[in-house]
Amino acid sequence: MAIEVRIPTILRTYTGGAKSVEGAGATLAELLSDLDSRHSGLRDRLVDGSGLRRFVNVYLNDEDVRFLGGLATPVADGDTVTVLPAVAGGGR
Amino acid sequence: MRYDSLLDSVGGTPLVGLARLSPAPDVRLWAKLEDRNPTGSVKDRAAFFMIEQAEKDGLLALGTTILEPTSGNTGISLAMVARLRGYKMICVMPENTSAERRQLLAMFGAQVISSPAAGGSNEAVRVAKRLAAEHPDWVMLYQYGNEANARAHYETTGPELLADLPSITHFVAGLGTTGTLMGVGRFLREHVPGVAVVAAEPRYGELVYGLRNVDEGFVPELYDPSVLTSRFSVSSADALRRTRELLAAEGIFAGISTGCALHAALGIAAKAKAAGERADIAFIVADGGWKYLSTGAYTGTLEEAEARLEGQLWA
Repeated sequence: MAIEVRIPTILRTYTGGAKSVEGAGATLAELLSDLDSRHSGLRDRLVDGSGLRRFVNVYLNDEDVRFLGGLATPVADGDTVTVLPAVAGGGR
Repeated sequence: MRYDSLLDSVGGTPLVGLARLSPAPDVRLWAKLEDRNPTGSVKDRAAFFMIEQAEKDGLLALGTTILEPTSGNTGISLAMVARLRGYKMICVMPENTSAERRQLLAMFGAQVISSPAAGGSNEAVRVAKRLAAEHPDWVMLYQYGNEANARAHYETTGPELLADLPSITHFVAGLGTTGTLMGVGRFLREHVPGVAVVAAEPRYGELVYGLRNVDEGFVPELYDPSVLTSRFSVSSADALRRTRELLAAEGIFAGISTGCALHAALGIAAKAKAAGERADIAFIVADGGWKYLSTGAYTGTLEEAEARLEGQLWA
């Protein structure tokens, strides 16, 4: 088992068009680094020096990671992570 | 119950326990039936408060044109109040909203200007802002940034919930203008230590989001993230599934955005049960299912209904 990561259309240029990719790690930060090793540039579109970018939302099993622990949020095999552009409500 | 007029009857809606969907005796779900408002949605509260405030501010006179970007419910509520108070109503609405909403708006005498489907409600806001600039005599109440929207919930919905459920631990509502969450959330936080305020955000399919750029997110002016303690993003499939479960298990015929809120409420309930914590979770039934019958949400298999809903705005 791995962690499924769903990618929005706008970022699929980094995943060869794939709607979802798989990765591993104990935290969201580790997961994103793992993904970047195969999908170079993806991490930079999601994260800047201070954490998740303002207009990017990341959800762990449908729950916004900003309210869980941000990049330090623990993740585990079988979880689903969804990346979305911020829409109504926006990022923090 | 007797009222002097229809507008006096806004609010005061029932809070009903969901015995079958609640996962444990001390982890309970409660539904606030906002479809019991005059035009059948929670938006009657905000519409009434926004027009009252605009009247107090001297912005409205007999025959004034009110302009509003809306996916439907707010427009219907405003059109009803405008009709009773003698104002004209123009709604800017995404073209991919249900036929019933357009029929209801026409019935109340409102004019509808369609905005492109791509971009959804955000595009309707852009079009309305442009029209407002071109027509300085029109009054845009602008639900996304109007403090009277959130205040309606701070002064009515919040106190009603606390009176009916003093043991409330979680409040869940859909995230659109953010008015319900900001108003109820602020009120409950002032009165219930440790209360959780949870947003349930609709996650639409690629037809609505496909053309969007990550850097173009729209944040309503009312939104203050410090009021929230958690936020869920709910797919159309999960919202539909929960809408049907609510009807099958509890007999409540609700609109699809209610399934979205219920999905988040059930997620919280499962976490509370796993942690062995007591929970009284109240969520908003924003409207009934009537306006969504033409979307096919309630007929056939879940997969068929989901396919039919692809590209439509349901909240």
